[in-house]
Amino acid sequence: MARIRPTQVADDGFWDEERPARGKKAARYAAPVAVAGIAAATIGLVPALASTGDPDLPKISAQELISKMAASDAQQMSGSVKITTDLGIPSLPGGGSLADLGGERSGDASAAPESKLMELISGSHTLRVATDGPDKQRVSIVENAAEYSMIHNGEEVWAYDSGSNSAYHATAPKDAKAKGDHRQEVPKDLRDATPQKIAKTVLSSVDDTTDVSVDGTSRVAGRDAYDLLIKPKQNSDSTIGSVRIAVDAENGVPLKFTLSPKSGGKAIIDVGFTKVDFGKPKAATFDFHPPKGAKVTEEPKADRKDAPKDFGGKDFTDAQGALSGLKVVGDGWDKVARLDTPGGAAAPGGDNGPGVASGLLGGFGKEVKGKFGSGTVVSTRLVNALLTDDGKVFVGAVDKDALVKAANAAK
Amino acid sequence: MSRAEETEAPDTGVPETADTGVPAEKAARPPRANPLWALALFRSELTITLRRWRTLALLGVLALIPILIGIAVRIETSDGGGFGGGRGGEGSGPAFFPQITNNGIFLVFASLAATLPVFLPMVIGVIAGDAIAGEAGSGTLRYLLVAPAGRTRLLLAKFTTTMAFCLIATLVVALSSLVTGALLFPLGDVTLISGITVSFEEALLRALGVAALVALSLVGIATVGLFISTLTNSGIAAMATTVGLVITAQILDTIPQLHAIHPYLFPHFWLSFADLLREPVYWDELVKNLGLQGLYVAVFGSAAWARFTAKDITA
Repeated sequence: MARIRPTQVADDGFWDEERPARGKKAARYAAPVAVAGIAAATIGLVPALASTGDPDLPKISAQELISKMAASDAQQMSGSVKITTDLGIPSLPGGGSLADLGGERSGDASAAPESKLMELISGSHTLRVATDGPDKQRVSIVENAAEYSMIHNGEEVWAYDSGSNSAYHATAPKDAKAKGDHRQEVPKDLRDATPQKIAKTVLSSVDDTTDVSVDGTSRVAGRDAYDLLIKPKQNSDSTIGSVRIAVDAENGVPLKFTLSPKSGGKAIIDVGFTKVDFGKPKAATFDFHPPKGAKVTEEPKADRKDAPKDFGGKDFTDAQGALSGLKVVGDGWDKVARLDTPGGAAAPGGDNGPGVASGLLGGFGKEVKGKFGSGTVVSTRLVNALLTDDGKVFVGAVDKDALVKAANAAK
Repeated sequence: MSRAEETEAPDTGVPETADTGVPAEKAARPPRANPLWALALFRSELTITLRRWRTLALLGVLALIPILIGIAVRIETSDGGGFGGGRGGEGSGPAFFPQITNNGIFLVFASLAATLPVFLPMVIGVIAGDAIAGEAGSGTLRYLLVAPAGRTRLLLAKFTTTMAFCLIATLVVALSSLVTGALLFPLGDVTLISGITVSFEEALLRALGVAALVALSLVGIATVGLFISTLTNSGIAAMATTVGLVITAQILDTIPQLHAIHPYLFPHFWLSFADLLREPVYWDELVKNLGLQGLYVAVFGSAAWARFTAKDITA
């Protein structure tokens, strides 16, 4: 028996001369460990290395930077935008969130933009944008194995949802050429999601309650940028801690926009390019023909202008801008909009009607009392709203006490 | 990538050729200097794998799935209505299904999206898990090693075979669904998911690219399966572990609390092949997916090598 068992030497030589001795065997496992280690080190170090080295740019004053932004006329660009929002919108008792309200409103299986806008107000999304002059724009929301695109080309406005293979069609007003006057256009709000538009709105509201400064430099989407820091003055009641805008050092295009709450923590809104290209996008980018069999919804012709303002745009922009038609008390960052609910539509919850809105809000609001009587405060990380029991609504990006103060003053 | 590996394998499979100045006794092995020799090993491995009834049955099941999907969609929409109807909130229904009725080529994407999470990795798991452990279990591994092939080379042949099988399995699904789609549904210009219309020829090219990406998405799990296969002498155990790993990883991938590890789970970017259907193509996740699969191949491939070359072959 022992005769046919190969000796150790014969074994190594005959079966496989690559077989190492026992000590070397263990050493072989160093290979996978080394590969894993190198990979881990690379994953860990590369972002760290990439994030150091803020670009060294010549000093610039805030005023110069703002005028640089204003003078910026990059009409052609394309890129990817990452948008992360954390408004801290409370969940409804039923498990849904306020964001669901808008989704239901626009009906099922429709590619109408409103429902998509609602999705943007929570979580993290990637948008791809392309612009070629004022007549051609395109924004699409990158989804899992699907995409939601809005295409504006001349007079045509299309929205296409590949997930449900449905399209939405509207006609842009002819005067849409007037720059910055796309107010009545449907996809307007979505285009607002680009850093440029937001920055523009923010800058237009800069006044003497505001500190504006240039706060260092950064690299955004591979481009050198100045950081413009906008802060409410010290004694403000605003919930907003600061607004930071990264402005391309070369052409003044805002590349990144960050809105941080005063309470600290994660940014409420963080919109920035992850990739940007200032070349002319391909013309085909703006062509859209609804595919065969796609369900096409035409925009309702009537009362487009009176369409209720969507809550999707109700970020910082609208808290100050869209509500300006209402009665506004306070100034600058401490603005509080006041409306008497009969006929009011700006309560969070939109056009569900005052009854529904206050009923819902009562479910997750907080009871407050003051000289004005009693009411309910609904809080998010950014916007707080006070609904008094006698039917008034106070909304603002200010803290609770400021709302009560405003209510008291209104009494 | 797997294609490149296929062609590379014979070269790297000959570690000590005469011209690298190795000791004379090693250089004096005439048959080893011929790179075709390793290719022959790979070829015989591949034909043995493909000739097995088990393999043919698995490929048959893969070919059947697109046919079933196609017929189901056809019946569902035969009354002229669209597919499914309302999209109740976030992504109900599998990807690409609504488009199938209008363009048969979407059946390729829908079938790949439907088979990628379970069927394809399961088939790969069976083949990869069986590669070494199956030979060991049936007692043929030592005979393979008796031949002057060397363990590294045998492992490389097994690895290449598994990689080739990833491609074959994916192509079976893609071709079957293309044929089914062409028979059951109209073909024509394709509207990409970005809403941009491209010609059918370009869509076919993209479909080919999608198939290649799906095949590459599987190389990670294939290499893990091969590594597991070197750990045990039971083919069944290796297959079950591999398939179980696929399921576990996908469950972990859905738990939001574990989002920190999600980008390192091999199935995490699997559905990114759909990014090839955007215009312009969205490369970020595609590149991440390929990088991740490459990482799995490197780590588990070297681990399999370490294990297999150091292992005591007892059966």
